[in-house]
Amino acid sequence: MSRLLAVTADHAAIARLEASYRAHQAQRRARSVLFFAALVVAVLLSAWMGEVDLVRFGTNFHKLPNYLASIMPQLRLGSLGADLAEWYWGFGRWFRLLMETILIAYVGTVLGFIGAIMLCFSASANLVRQRWVIAVSRRLLEIQRTVPEIVYALIFVIAFGLGPLPGVLALAIHTTGALGKLFAEVNENIDLRPVEGAYAAGGSWIQTMRYAVLPQVASNYASYALLRFEINVRGASVLGFVGAGGIGQELLTTIRQFYYADISAILLMIIVTVMLVDIGTERLRHYLLALETRP
Amino acid sequence: MSGRTLRQVALAGAGLIEQRHAAVFSPPLSQRLLGPAIAAGLLAVLVFGLYYTGFTASRLWNGLDKLGFIVQFMVPPDPGKHLWTYLHALGETVAIALLGTLVGAVLALPLAFLAAKNIVPNWIFHFTWRRGLDTVRGVDILIWALIWINVVGLGPFAGILAIAVSDMATFGKMFSEAIEAADKRPVEGVTAAGGGPMHTIRFGVLPEIFPVMISQVLYYFESNTRSATIIGIVGAGGIGLHLADTIRLNEWQNVSFLIILVLVTVMAIDRLSTRLRFALIGKRQAPS
Repeated sequence: MSRLLAVTADHAAIARLEASYRAHQAQRRARSVLFFAALVVAVLLSAWMGEVDLVRFGTNFHKLPNYLASIMPQLRLGSLGADLAEWYWGFGRWFRLLMETILIAYVGTVLGFIGAIMLCFSASANLVRQRWVIAVSRRLLEIQRTVPEIVYALIFVIAFGLGPLPGVLALAIHTTGALGKLFAEVNENIDLRPVEGAYAAGGSWIQTMRYAVLPQVASNYASYALLRFEINVRGASVLGFVGAGGIGQELLTTIRQFYYADISAILLMIIVTVMLVDIGTERLRHYLLALETRP
Repeated sequence: MSGRTLRQVALAGAGLIEQRHAAVFSPPLSQRLLGPAIAAGLLAVLVFGLYYTGFTASRLWNGLDKLGFIVQFMVPPDPGKHLWTYLHALGETVAIALLGTLVGAVLALPLAFLAAKNIVPNWIFHFTWRRGLDTVRGVDILIWALIWINVVGLGPFAGILAIAVSDMATFGKMFSEAIEAADKRPVEGVTAAGGGPMHTIRFGVLPEIFPVMISQVLYYFESNTRSATIIGIVGAGGIGLHLADTIRLNEWQNVSFLIILVLVTVMAIDRLSTRLRFALIGKRQAPS
């Protein structure tokens, strides 16, 4: 008798559990359906705003492989050397422009790195007491990184004249914003015990920063700066579109004037450069991050 | 002991400590020179770069002077008669970013599985596939936009396709890394229960990498909004066309209005994507 009671009690408990599980699932499902409905509405609205035209896409898609095929160089096995020479007839000029691109990226990254170091400490909540200082620094960094570097470049070209200088300045400002935010996050995650130790041993504020903070953040800073350098090389390759130096100007001209083989020649040079920089910086970053984890 | 301060006691033992930890107190010369040598090299390139890119005091001074005037002309921000045109262009920009990101993510999914070492364990295929993705990624969005304009004509559709192609490669690489880092045990479980390769992917791998993917897609939505604001410079739709035009025509009040519009939109989308990430995967996980 008592066993029977226990079993019915169990049944009731299980039924209650099942009911609440079902209710929970239904709630989750309702939320998912709502989310997907919102997503579908957003996509349809965007397709309408973005003038998506699948018919035109379908009828014109063959132009893409045609275009890619037409920019390919004519390379025949019989006269490979001569064909290559013809394809890369402007190698010296393009190589110089490519070096200029890398230099723009490098100087922009270093200047931005310095700017980020100057601003990141005042944007770290654990290093500054005054709330308004943190808020002002953070807004400043946000404005610097939210406006794309090409927009800065457009304005600086008017102010400083054509050439690599406005490109460098545009990259530097954008880099300051992007790195400053990351550095501030690194600062906020440091171990405060070495700081207290250095302070307790009688260190001044500068000595504390040098011997307690810097060793903890230096490799992270360098790693982020290398990552930014790679992004900036990519960015500098199109700064020339608005007249701010580098290989972009040349590329835009070849695309607009339909110098087909030149397009692929320059694109290939850019792709190889970006890949090499990507691989090189990644090696360095792994080396630096390994240094940090060493006891 | 009396008469000796703590400092004197410490200093008396200093020699012994230096002997015991020679590597710390007097490292070999090559190691000591490495840091300064790297710093000197970096500095030399910087100085050459500054010289080469035309950093002269007079040019900087003149430029800053002109920039000061430009900033003066910028206040107060004013859209003039073009408010609706600008808002429509802004809508186009957001549409380009949203559709470009979504299409890119959807296309990237199959590519990522093919690029993952643990799904297709053939290193030649893996290597070529990855380099292929890198090649697509190495071409900037603006260049893709120029290429797509040749195919579908001027307008935002070309911008959507440019962002989609570029993102497809970026996501393809990121997703495949997530797949490779995924835990093996659920996959083995599905296989042990008799599941085929598609079952393994659907029930073993996807649940594990889904949060990582969502978080990356949302992060890129914000970053793509920024790209979509400049894609109009080459004629691929969005607010960039107006930005470039007003700057060229020296209509600085319109320029500052447009910049503020971009700032507010990107910040709003940043907040939105952070909140969505939080709601969908429940923790503030930084995309890696």
